[in-house]
Amino acid sequence: MQDALLAMLAKEPSHGYGLRMRLRRALGPLGESMNAGQVYVTLARLEKAGLVVCERADGLPDRPDRKVYALTPAGQRRVSAWLTEVNWPKPNLAEFHLKLAAAAAARLADPVELVDAQRRELLRRLAEVQRAVLAEPDGSTAGLLLEGVALRLQADLRWLDACERVWSRTGDGA
Amino acid sequence: MNESGCVLQVRGLCKEHGEGQGLVRAVDEVDLDVPAGQTLAVMGPSGCGKSTLLHLMGGLERPTRGEVRLAGRRIDTLSERALARLRRRSVGFVFQSFHLVEELSAAENVELPALLAGCSPRAARRRAASLLERFGLADGARRLPWQLSGGQRQRVAIARAIANEPLVLLADEPTGNLDTAATLDVLRLFGELRAAGQTLVIVTHDERVASTADRLISMRDGAFVDDTRLAGHGPGRLGGMLGLGD
Repeated sequence: MQDALLAMLAKEPSHGYGLRMRLRRALGPLGESMNAGQVYVTLARLEKAGLVVCERADGLPDRPDRKVYALTPAGQRRVSAWLTEVNWPKPNLAEFHLKLAAAAAARLADPVELVDAQRRELLRRLAEVQRAVLAEPDGSTAGLLLEGVALRLQADLRWLDACERVWSRTGDGA
Repeated sequence: MNESGCVLQVRGLCKEHGEGQGLVRAVDEVDLDVPAGQTLAVMGPSGCGKSTLLHLMGGLERPTRGEVRLAGRRIDTLSERALARLRRRSVGFVFQSFHLVEELSAAENVELPALLAGCSPRAARRRAASLLERFGLADGARRLPWQLSGGQRQRVAIARAIANEPLVLLADEPTGNLDTAATLDVLRLFGELRAAGQTLVIVTHDERVASTADRLISMRDGAFVDDTRLAGHGPGRLGGMLGLGD
C-alpha cells in the first residue's frame, strides 16, 4: 500500500481523496472493500518517514483542511527501487498490478518492460526448480514440495502473459 | 562443423502466407545462431510462428526470404532431393502427436531411419535395440505404437529421431499430448541428450518445459521479443524460493 501510494504521487501531487479514487479505479471490484481510512493513515506514516510532504491546504471552501501530498526526493528514490524489485516467493498480485498501473499513469516506466523483467526473473527461478524436480526420483515426497513451487511459478508466469497482452494494447493505459 | 561453432544459423528469415490484404508473415525477419550443444527453447502463444520457424530450420518448409545454414551449409536453396536426404540424415524431428508408423513395432520404427539412410538391416537392428534399451523401452520393443502409453510412444519417437545421430534435434510441442509424469520422463531424456552434447531446439508453450533449456527465446507475431539465458546463473537460490520465514 505504501509503495503504491508513493508511485501514484509520482504522477502529480494529490490529496488523499484523489488517491483513494485512483486506487479504487485501478483495483476494480477488489477495491470496493478497501477501508476508507487506510489511505489517510498510510499517508500520515509516509509523511512521518519523510517520503512525502504535505504541500499546502487546498482552497476548497467546504473542505478547507484538505491536504495535498507530494513526493520528497527520498520518496522518489523509493518509487524507483520499488518498480524494479521482484518480490517472489510471496508475490502480491494487487501490489504488482498497482505497480503497472502507477508506472503507466506517471510514465515512470513501460509496464510491458516491467512485466518482461519480472518474467525473466521468474523463468530463471523456474529453471532452477524444474531442474531440481527432474533430479528427484518418481514418488519422492521432497519432489512434491518442488512440484508445488514449480506450479506456482508457472501460474505466475501465465498471469504475467495476460498482463503483457493487456498492457501492450492499452499503451499508457487510462 | 563450421568455424562459427554454430549448428544452425538463420539470417533475415521470412515466411509469408497468402497475399495482398490477406498476407501473413508467420516468420518475420528472424536472425538466430544456435551453438553446438545448446538446448534452445522457443516459446510463444499459438500462431506466433514458432512451429513454422522450426519447420524452416529443419527443411520441412522453404522460406519466402532469408537463409538457413546447417553446420555452415545453406539448406534453403537445396533441391528437393538433397533436402529429403538432409532431413533423413542430419535433422531429427519430434512432434506433439508422435508420428510413429502405426503398423510397425517400436523397434521397427526406430530401425527405419537407419535403413532409409542405407544402413544394413543388421546394423539398424543393433542400433535400435541399444537406443530402446538406453531409453528404458527394451520391454516394449516388439509392441505396436497403440499398445504403448503416450510417454512411451514419445520416447520411441525420440529414439527414432536420434537414430542417425542428427546434427540437431527439433522438437515441436514434444510434451503437448503428455501428462505430468510422462512430461518429466521426456524432459529427463532431453537432459541426457543434452549431457551427451546433442544440439536441441524445443518449441513449446509450456513454461516448465521451456525452463529446462539453456536459453529461451520468446516469439510474438513472427518475431523474437526476448532472448534469455537460463543456465548458469550463480549459486542456487532454491532455499529462498520456499518462502519459509524466520
